[in-house]
Amino acid sequence: MTLEWMYWTLPTAIFCIAIFLALTGMTIWQTVSPSVERRGFLPIPTTPGDRLFIGLVSALYIQLAWLGLTDLSLWIALLVGVGWIVAVMLWG
Amino acid sequence: MNKWGDNKAWFLVIPVLVFVAFSAIIPLMTVINYSLQDILAPGKALFVGTEWYKKVLHDYRLHDALWRQFLFSALVLLIEMPLGILIALAMPKKGWGISFSLVTLALPLLIPWNTIGTIWMIFVRPDIGLFGAAINNLGVAFDHTRRPLDAWVTVILMEVWHWTPLVALLAYAGLRAIPEVYYQAAKIDGASSWKTFYYIQLPKMRGVLTIALLLRFMDSFLIYAEPFVLTGGGPGNTTTFLSIYLVKIAVLQMDLGPGGAFSLIYFLIVLLLSFIFYQVLQRVGKGEKV
Amino acid sequence: MKGKKKTIFLAIYFGLLFLPIYWMINMSLRTNADILGTLTLYPEDPTFRNYVKIFTDSSWYSGYINSIIYVTINTLISLTVALPAAYAFSRYQFVGDKQIFFWLLTNRMAPSAVFLIPFFQLYSTIGLMDTHIAVALAHCLFNVPLAVWILEGFMSGIPREIDETAFIDGYSLPRFFITIFIPLIRAGVGVTAFFCFMFSWVELLFARTLTVTNAKPISAVMTRTISATGLDWGLLATAGVLTIVPGALVIWFVRNHMAKGFALGRV
Repeated sequence: MTLEWMYWTLPTAIFCIAIFLALTGMTIWQTVSPSVERRGFLPIPTTPGDRLFIGLVSALYIQLAWLGLTDLSLWIALLVGVGWIVAVMLWG
Repeated sequence: MNKWGDNKAWFLVIPVLVFVAFSAIIPLMTVINYSLQDILAPGKALFVGTEWYKKVLHDYRLHDALWRQFLFSALVLLIEMPLGILIALAMPKKGWGISFSLVTLALPLLIPWNTIGTIWMIFVRPDIGLFGAAINNLGVAFDHTRRPLDAWVTVILMEVWHWTPLVALLAYAGLRAIPEVYYQAAKIDGASSWKTFYYIQLPKMRGVLTIALLLRFMDSFLIYAEPFVLTGGGPGNTTTFLSIYLVKIAVLQMDLGPGGAFSLIYFLIVLLLSFIFYQVLQRVGKGEKV
Repeated sequence: MKGKKKTIFLAIYFGLLFLPIYWMINMSLRTNADILGTLTLYPEDPTFRNYVKIFTDSSWYSGYINSIIYVTINTLISLTVALPAAYAFSRYQFVGDKQIFFWLLTNRMAPSAVFLIPFFQLYSTIGLMDTHIAVALAHCLFNVPLAVWILEGFMSGIPREIDETAFIDGYSLPRFFITIFIPLIRAGVGVTAFFCFMFSWVELLFARTLTVTNAKPISAVMTRTISATGLDWGLLATAGVLTIVPGALVIWFVRNHMAKGFALGRV
């Protein structure tokens, strides 16, 4: 059995590993020092895990909207996305 | 929250994680890989970055399919929700009628989806179908394989026939949960049946109706087998909904790159919907107002 | 609405509900020449030829057998892995429990079309193409989350004191689970099995993509007949009627519990 059919490339491998590490890190952090839910600017009470998920997914929406609606470089969108994730993690 | 804090419970969840990871995470990672490459031949691929996403997001046929999908879901909801509530209100409150009604209502829900398509394909044909023949005899030229409007009418009729019972069952469950005292109070106040409905029954059904609305929206958003069997997406592309278009690109044309990009965009849309759904459900479960 | 009007409205609705199904049954009892010749409201010359054909022609009845095999495997797998997980979700609080629960749910809501290409490649690579187990595993994608979701609802309805008493009496978790807890949620297990059975039974896309000949399900046999030339309407209608029978039978057995499954909004 080979993995050839999955057509791995370096960028996607890095992307998947990064997400996996973020999730593992979050799990370990929460196991060592569980944190409580709180209300930020998001309309629902969230834990850091929720905020990571919301941040990641909404960053993806930002990338897609950028790609669909503008012709500007995607690197700008990437910066916006990272900034957004940080904002959600800190104040969401 | 009075659950026992215990991380050993993870071991009970592991089998599920293994199974679902096998059938969800591996395929999802594969789709991500496909969506970023141009697969020229088996084993030969070229990294193209976000090209496919750009192409798919600017594909006017996808835009058409998306708007068609929203229109379809909206129309279906507009018909199914009021009709379902009406049926629930009309259902008997005691006796053998309850069992009979429940079983009858559940019947369409449990027919295989392609059989639903087959039933309706036969039913609306002008030559051998009861509905098609009857309506043609009334002087209306009805042909769901040639006229787009007729195809739409047929698909929506089928969807309403198939899923209104679900709305009715949910609404009925909500009605049954209203204590008898409320009705007695309304009777003493001399409230009309419309007022009873508007001020007592409707607010009390809010939770179940929200669930019904979201379930129906999501499932109609994913519809594939029934219109595929009934119209094959035609005439032209007029009943090509998102899933049908995706299968056309990914399976029939074997365009793995655009198919992958399309899949992920579709998945992200549905993910947003399920997130909202889950949040609402959590609140309904806790008995909060939605 | 007044009582009489209600009954009339309901009767009309149920009539319309039955009409398309009745029409298909009507077709199934006639020969193809008869169907194409005249339009009649009931079979004037009912024949069971179509039913005999399906029960004797192996390309038809093997479709039913294949479907039943993978649906059964799938239901067994789903229940086995979902029972402990649902218990964990209903009784314990652990790191990431809500996130995992939500992630499971998204798989129930995911468009199956998204998973088609990788599934095809995956099962070709591990050599499971065209086997019953491939379809059964693919259906786990939506049935395992569904099973966890429904079972969790039923388990949360059982008071926690029962668990505590049993543990004080010296029961181990597995022994308590099998001898006391599962019998308590019998109805829930039944309803879950029913829904797993149903959703695996009604699914078309995966079943059609992952099979060629050996494990071809009845739904695929039917859709391929539609595209074939010289379509036999009577035979198609008969095959359709026979796919309704299992569902109709099972509804009858779970009719009293079904409303609860729907009421939880967990379908």
